[in-house]
Amino acid sequence: MTRFVRSWLGVAATTATLVFGGGQAFAQKELVFGLQCDRTGPTATVGVNLCPGYHDYIGLVNSKGGVEGFKIKVIEIDNEYKVPPAMEAHERFKKEGAVLEGLYGTPQTAALNKKLEEDKILGTSPGFGTAASADGKRFPYTFPIAASYWSQAGAAVAFAKERLGGSLKGKKIAYIFYDNPAGKEPLPILEDLAKDEGFEMRTFAVPAPGVEMGAQILDITGRFKPDFVIAHLFGRAPSVAIKELKGKGFPLSKVVAFVWGSAEADIIAAGGMGAAEGYNTIQFAGVGKDFPVLKDIEAMYKAQGKAAPKEMDSTVYYNRGVLIAALHVEAVKNAIKAKNGAAPTPEEVKKGMEAIKGFTLGGLVPPMEITPADHEGGGWVQIWTVKGGKLVKSKDWFQGYRPLIQKHLDADAKKS
Amino acid sequence: MFHREAGIFKTTYAADAALYPLPIAKWTIAALALIFVVLIPLTVHEYYLSILNLIFIAIVGALGLNILVGYTGQISIGHAAFMSVGAYTAANLAVKLGLPFWITLPAGGLMAAAIGVVVGMPSLRIKGLYLAIATLAGQLIIEWTINRVPAISGGAQASIEVDRPSLFGFSFNTQGSLYFFLLFFAVLAIVATLNLARSRIGRAFVAVRDQDIAAEIIGINIYRYKLLAFAISSFYAGVCGVLYTYYFGIANYEQFQLIVSIDYLAMIIIGGLGSVLGSIFGAIFVTLLPIVIRLFMEDVGSLFFTQAEMANVISGLRLGVFGGLIIFFLIVEPEGLNRLWRNVRSYFRVWPFSY
Repeated sequence: MTRFVRSWLGVAATTATLVFGGGQAFAQKELVFGLQCDRTGPTATVGVNLCPGYHDYIGLVNSKGGVEGFKIKVIEIDNEYKVPPAMEAHERFKKEGAVLEGLYGTPQTAALNKKLEEDKILGTSPGFGTAASADGKRFPYTFPIAASYWSQAGAAVAFAKERLGGSLKGKKIAYIFYDNPAGKEPLPILEDLAKDEGFEMRTFAVPAPGVEMGAQILDITGRFKPDFVIAHLFGRAPSVAIKELKGKGFPLSKVVAFVWGSAEADIIAAGGMGAAEGYNTIQFAGVGKDFPVLKDIEAMYKAQGKAAPKEMDSTVYYNRGVLIAALHVEAVKNAIKAKNGAAPTPEEVKKGMEAIKGFTLGGLVPPMEITPADHEGGGWVQIWTVKGGKLVKSKDWFQGYRPLIQKHLDADAKKS
Repeated sequence: MFHREAGIFKTTYAADAALYPLPIAKWTIAALALIFVVLIPLTVHEYYLSILNLIFIAIVGALGLNILVGYTGQISIGHAAFMSVGAYTAANLAVKLGLPFWITLPAGGLMAAAIGVVVGMPSLRIKGLYLAIATLAGQLIIEWTINRVPAISGGAQASIEVDRPSLFGFSFNTQGSLYFFLLFFAVLAIVATLNLARSRIGRAFVAVRDQDIAAEIIGINIYRYKLLAFAISSFYAGVCGVLYTYYFGIANYEQFQLIVSIDYLAMIIIGGLGSVLGSIFGAIFVTLLPIVIRLFMEDVGSLFFTQAEMANVISGLRLGVFGGLIIFFLIVEPEGLNRLWRNVRSYFRVWPFSY
């Protein structure tokens, strides 16, 4: 059969399923995953590297015979970081019989929380959504599966404490953030920590779109003169912050950035890896190419006679895509095993996700433990630092001030 | 619609302004009602209902903007901000006071109307681009206020969760039941706008748009009518925001940013300024086109591209084709899809004897 004929058969088949509605794919031992992405909207720089990572890992699993004999089919929908298309995407995934879906974007996650619960399909929101959604009792079908902004704030302060010689008493910390809900979310944690650890904290809001922050940086370096800077910025803002801080002569080794300001692209846009020596970044997935799974993906491409995709060089986002895909596959694997090899329902996949423990993928995934109560998996992060033109691991997986985060989660649960 | 009008003569103004210009129009409406109320919900998959639901909400918002921009000629880039005013008003009333949707929905609309009048004040002194910038300021101020005032936004996340709307104990919590909920308000908005357009107020709006000095000379209080246009338009926007809030179960200001205002402007410009049908066409076009392009590419694209390329190609092509089609339609018919539709209709009206 030529490729042409095959494609037209495909058209006919799809049209048929569209006409007759909700064709189920269980007969051919296939599972459907839904993936929302943003390749064209304001966060496209993340999406174009993260989503290929997701597809490549799924491709790798399929090339090895699938997960427990089931092939995985991924439906990707670009929501352009807009909310209505996210709802449309969710309904499409549901129609195609998806057993789980990957969400993309904070407002999109907020808008789908309720729908996911009603439809009983789990959605993962690593680095998106709210810190409170780590609470599996309140948001049963939303899975952050990565350190929330609260956990990142705890980790940032813990890292600052370590760098400043083990005590923060009398020290000054500046928190520079993008002025939106996600930017403000860590404030309660930082305020509590300032009280507990006895440091002075001042906050500096950067208004959207975050490309102009000369005044804030001048305020930080000229007037406040902090011992450490915690930066929580998105989009173009991180590279501007690096450039401005460096321009004012502030040592970048005393700066730590949250997860969306910590990709190679941000650092390169600020003038190249060499110029950002010492810049610290928080990561929820391993960085670099030194992981067996990435070698396997390269080998898979080689076996097909192709070069490894260029997205692999953007290791921060690419590896996050691999992490999301790996956790999805692991959840499904748990669910299939629990059912002795039969195709799981979305609810069983949710239970499978809540059983993930000790799955590290050679160090790319943190030693997380997802439970019915904790959908964040513990809030593990690593710190990677720019050294000699590349990102180097400077602190292995750790949790910053976990008891305090837990206290806030409990308090937040009582409020609602 | 497709019907002949031979032998029908209008002898009074009332007949000329009637909602049903021809007796057969009643049958057309009855048929449409049958399709939308019975046929579609019974036969169509939930997925397609969810798309229709998004279209219904967009229709309400587009109608509101068209009243202001299309009928009255006052440009506004703050439409999304008025939606957020409605959304947060309704969400606060629903959560803090536990009020049902049939109170929160008009309340959200009224609050948006009140804010809309304030933002519309500059329209009394400035026009065109100047007014656009003034409403842009309104959009940014409202966004900032909601983001910064916890009493409105409900805390650092600036989002308030609301329960699904319910009526007499029945909860609208599936796409199927929300379909009827949203259809009701979309139809209400369409009928209200049709009636507004043929009333004294609607004619005054058109007079202000076409030549405001002339309108003033023939006795129209243009200040009053400009502000009224802002109020009515913002009321629609507020209701649209409330519908979004109930549809998603959350009020979140990030859903109502500047780009959404631009999207709605695009809808009415593509659909046709100053027409109800145009607003509907525009809402359908902007909501549906990206979905159709994607579904089409998923099938046909595999002829030319590998699976890995497809995701990027679909995303890029969606933007490209979307922009290209907007330009194409506006070159073919600058007055929008509504005019295109009317041209087609008038061609077939005399077909095949078009001499």
